[in-house]
Amino acid sequence: MAEYKDILVCGELADGKLAPITAELLGCGRKLADDLKEGLFCLLASDAVGAASKEAIAFGADKVYVVEHAALKEYQADCYIQVAESLVKELSPRVVLMGQTSMGRDLAPRLAFRLGTSLTTDCLDLSIDRETKLLTQTRPVYGGNAQAIFVSELMPLMVTVRSKAMSPLERDDSRKGEVIPTKVDIDTSKVRTKILETVKEEAVGIKLEDAPVIVCGGRGLGGPEPFQTTLKELADLLHGAVGASRPPADNGWVSEALHIGLTGKIVAPDIYIAIAISGASQHTAGCTGSKHIIAINKDPEANIFREAEFGVVGKYEEVVPALTGKLKKLIAG
Amino acid sequence: MIVCCKQVPDPEAPPAVFKVANNKMTLPPDVKPVIGQYEEFALEAALRIKDTVGGKITALSVGNNFIRDVIKKALAVGGDELILLEDEAFDGGDSWSTANAMAMAIKKIGEYDLIFCGRQSSDWDAGQVGLGVAEILGIPAVTLARRVEVTDGKARVEQVIPDGYHVVEVTLPALIVVTSGLGALRYATLKGIMAAAKKQPVIWKPADIGLEPSQVGAAARRSKLDKLFQPVKEAKCEIVEGDTAAEAGANLAVRLREAKLL
Repeated sequence: MAEYKDILVCGELADGKLAPITAELLGCGRKLADDLKEGLFCLLASDAVGAASKEAIAFGADKVYVVEHAALKEYQADCYIQVAESLVKELSPRVVLMGQTSMGRDLAPRLAFRLGTSLTTDCLDLSIDRETKLLTQTRPVYGGNAQAIFVSELMPLMVTVRSKAMSPLERDDSRKGEVIPTKVDIDTSKVRTKILETVKEEAVGIKLEDAPVIVCGGRGLGGPEPFQTTLKELADLLHGAVGASRPPADNGWVSEALHIGLTGKIVAPDIYIAIAISGASQHTAGCTGSKHIIAINKDPEANIFREAEFGVVGKYEEVVPALTGKLKKLIAG
Repeated sequence: MIVCCKQVPDPEAPPAVFKVANNKMTLPPDVKPVIGQYEEFALEAALRIKDTVGGKITALSVGNNFIRDVIKKALAVGGDELILLEDEAFDGGDSWSTANAMAMAIKKIGEYDLIFCGRQSSDWDAGQVGLGVAEILGIPAVTLARRVEVTDGKARVEQVIPDGYHVVEVTLPALIVVTSGLGALRYATLKGIMAAAKKQPVIWKPADIGLEPSQVGAAARRSKLDKLFQPVKEAKCEIVEGDTAAEAGANLAVRLREAKLL
């Protein structure tokens, strides 16, 4: 049996650069690798990886395995799994880290079942048990109403990590590392799905993930209109973006792209203003990383007040326009 | 069509009722179990295909002590058959043992065009079983589907991506993992409820799907639960007040400026 050692991060690119989640995984992987006194490797697969391999080194990788192939232009499970499976079999890593992203959610379970190992998804915390050299994996369960710690003895130890749960290292372009171009024969006859069309639905303006301020509305708004008026006015004033909890997205009041929560986007702005949101754990899972949470809700018992730093109890129709009006004066004044 | 369902504690119950004791989640008896929210979307996806092109829907679930009224909802809304892998031995499974039992049951069912699963269970939220079943059966899978149509032996799926969606075509048989955005599960009609009351679920034990009790449930787990706990949260919210709601809103603006947040 092969000896399993080292940490492998399955990286992702975004707009030709290293994706933020990959920098976070490298930050976390570096700590685990140092604890184990083992190496930190990163896989980058795309049609053209370019300078992202150097970025991966600057963020902590010792070796970057670069797989370039025309079939890897967009994430496609049946192609990517061939690359990941082949590299994992070649390297026999102790730990495989992926992001809890569109790609990680799709690829990690397939790969774990194919390799016959176990997987813990959506981890918030990872550490190495010094004695056993096994990975202690902490993840939220019951929609965030509890947390569970899992351990597994099957190799490789596979996990996906929630975005923004880990901090990247400071970028250091003087770090030394090795870029290893790697050839994988991809059998395109094994591809059983075909992307016919890609449709963008992103709202115009600031992207939710990049917005320093998010004004988020919930079921209590009762319909689509307040998102376009009351909430948007406040967001515009603060150069922020409008988001929503799951019910408004499910009801079609706003696009799914605005959905923040366990199964939507995970955000961590400086200021998060939750309006008419009860604060179910499934929602707060998407925003607990925010620096300051402010809640406006007519129910003083709403769970969101347990997460917030400042709150107002009252109807949003009355509270929010007054807040926006007064802020406008204060900012101008 | 086969729809995989799970009976879970109502995830919409208020957070305060979720209490951990002895590494187990305990809920008061008034919190009723339900079919997981994403499995309800999966059922609806299958029912819409039945509406348009016909077909038979078999609901499949694995566990122990199913509440008949809860799980039979799958029949009441329009499912044709309900198969329960029900035995003490199935208790306490993880993603691996659950997916393996489901896959063995599906092999026994034999013929199918589409398998529908929810994106993640509403209790453990792992999001692995659907893809695991597809891997074991060796069939293609499309995840995060919010619309599914079938034409000419292929399924066309709208797959949610962070900033929009893909239209994906997949050959059949295939497994589809369903997310929200598809629309809520339809209500059961009175006729549906009456018909469901007359039907009995088919019960399979581990031996019926060719597995030993040691190959299912808790005994077959690949990942071990070390600890279940609830992090203590300190409530530290400062409630800003005013004579009217509008005044409180204005006072909040002042307070946020004072605190140099905005």
